[in-house]
Amino acid sequence: MASTIALRPCGDFKTSYGSDQIVFPTRLSLGFCIFGIVALCFAPLVLGKYGLSLLVQIGYLGIAALGLNILVGFTGQISIGHAVFFGFGAFASAYFSNKLNVPVFFAIPLAGLATTAVGLVFGLPAARLKGLYLAIATLAAQFILQDFFARAGWFTGGVAGTAAKSFSIFGYDVAGDHQYFYVVLVYVVLMYLAATNLMRTRDGRALVAVRDHYLSAEMMGINLMKYRTMSFGLAAFYAGIGGALYAHYLGFVSVEGFDILFSIQFLAMVIIGGLGSIMGTLMGTTFMVLLPEVMGGLAKMLSGSAIDRMLSLSEGIVFLREMTIGAVIVLFLVFEPDGLAHRWRQIRAYWKLYPFSH
Amino acid sequence: MDWTLLFQLLVSGLIVGALYGVVAMCFVLVYKASQVVNFAQGEFMLIGAWACWWLLLKFQLPFFAAFLITLAFMMAFGLILQVVVLKPLIGEPVISVIMVTIGLSIFFQALMKWLFGVSAQPFPPIFAEPSINVLGLQVKTVYAMSTLISIGIMISFAWFFKFSRMGLAMRATAFNQQVAQSLGISVRQVFALSWGISAMVSALAGVVVGVVNGVSPALSFFGIKVFPAVILGGLDSIVGAVVGGLVIGVLENLAHYADSQLLRWGNLYEIAPFYVLILILMIRPYGLFGTRDIERV
Repeated sequence: MASTIALRPCGDFKTSYGSDQIVFPTRLSLGFCIFGIVALCFAPLVLGKYGLSLLVQIGYLGIAALGLNILVGFTGQISIGHAVFFGFGAFASAYFSNKLNVPVFFAIPLAGLATTAVGLVFGLPAARLKGLYLAIATLAAQFILQDFFARAGWFTGGVAGTAAKSFSIFGYDVAGDHQYFYVVLVYVVLMYLAATNLMRTRDGRALVAVRDHYLSAEMMGINLMKYRTMSFGLAAFYAGIGGALYAHYLGFVSVEGFDILFSIQFLAMVIIGGLGSIMGTLMGTTFMVLLPEVMGGLAKMLSGSAIDRMLSLSEGIVFLREMTIGAVIVLFLVFEPDGLAHRWRQIRAYWKLYPFSH
Repeated sequence: MDWTLLFQLLVSGLIVGALYGVVAMCFVLVYKASQVVNFAQGEFMLIGAWACWWLLLKFQLPFFAAFLITLAFMMAFGLILQVVVLKPLIGEPVISVIMVTIGLSIFFQALMKWLFGVSAQPFPPIFAEPSINVLGLQVKTVYAMSTLISIGIMISFAWFFKFSRMGLAMRATAFNQQVAQSLGISVRQVFALSWGISAMVSALAGVVVGVVNGVSPALSFFGIKVFPAVILGGLDSIVGAVVGGLVIGVLENLAHYADSQLLRWGNLYEIAPFYVLILILMIRPYGLFGTRDIERV
């Protein structure tokens, strides 16, 4: 995995540590960021129900994917079981609000914390492993937790699933996509800012050091066990928050759906966006959310034509989507291993240094 | 205690375990030769099984011919896959390579579902006699065949690595790539061939499972069940893969017995190997027969 330095395009120099760690390198980028958030605030007024539901999806999946990126992209620990933590967050939030009568407003962060605890349980042993052993251990975690969901009727409602209350704040019911969108937006902004800031602190840099060369990191006094476990906990926390937001958005959580394919989709988001890039995660999530929609649209356009009759698209579309997910993962890793974020950085550098760009 | 049931489960555990062992050997072969953990092993089985089934039904070929064509096809498939997809990834970090094989597994699984549907399809009956008499025991012919084929594959693997030129070249490459290359072994050929053989033998196992249980997408779950077996035996040990496969097969069935007779939790059959997997990873991550990694800086 290339370090962040190597990803920087030609001609983009930093002369001090301060400028290297700054969140918004230019005033323009700060402006763009604020403009983007403000523009999104007006989205419910402009977009229909469909567009809004896509945005909400990008929001909660993006939060969970960011957790995975902290684990995979920043700490270099692979996890093939992210979806079950997402699922655990969803069930935990529903459980807290239904059974323990915790207001949903508090149930979401509580679900995040509960998921963190579960993540730490799996993370502690995982801290001793790395690379492919860890991949296999998290694969086992995926199946064990999935089995737990189906078994623990008191927690998940068993095969019937469980209903989740809608979000309310100080007695005011947040009903409908239009209002829930703002809840997700607030969480996305908070979580992404928190992650960006984390990577500037001592702990964040320790995570990157563990990724780049864990032996050197240990020699420099970084406690490997602590940071690997912490990274697992963080990833689980983000997944839990994402899952909780998902639960209260749909209003219903089913034990199915948190399968290994979903876990792999999270990995795909992170890889497509760019391992070790925070904004890249959002790009990757957007890509993965829009991909099936675009494919569905294409299939609809082709319906009735010769290609449709030959391939029977309407029945095959589910499998075609899965195939595309697999193909996209492979193609990105072979041709664009640094993801969309890297491409974006290059485009930006091209225009910044326009006539003399390399 | 229901002794007949226990005995039956033990025997079926050994039969299934032998198949796990075969697939685990293919897995270890690829890992040893090219240091790639192949998450698409189960899909190789699935593709092989569907290909054979299709040849049998569509062209009404005799079983033996269809079987041979399938094996040749899978050999070519493995070679091409290595050359096209995995070769550009040599030298990339472990995570990328793992992710590529996961991507491949998703892709091929969905492709097979799309081409052949999701429901299980039985193989046309291959043997005239449904069961034969072995040492006074009535054994289903397919099970006897499955056991024989598994043992056959294991013996031919042993022969291949001990005596054949290519097998020795593969072992040399697994031991040290640079030294092997300087001795005139084409490492590229070894990589490609290891994938070819792995795909071919997995397909063989896939056809056997297909003949016994029918072909369905669930067959590719074998590829995941193989992980407990390989980790138990040690990632880079062929013998370990066989032992691990047998142990996991028996254990699975014992868990099934405990589940159905005593505990009644349900689903323990599926999940027990993964608890074992976590345990082994905690205690002995390099497995029973694997080489212990020692890192020097």
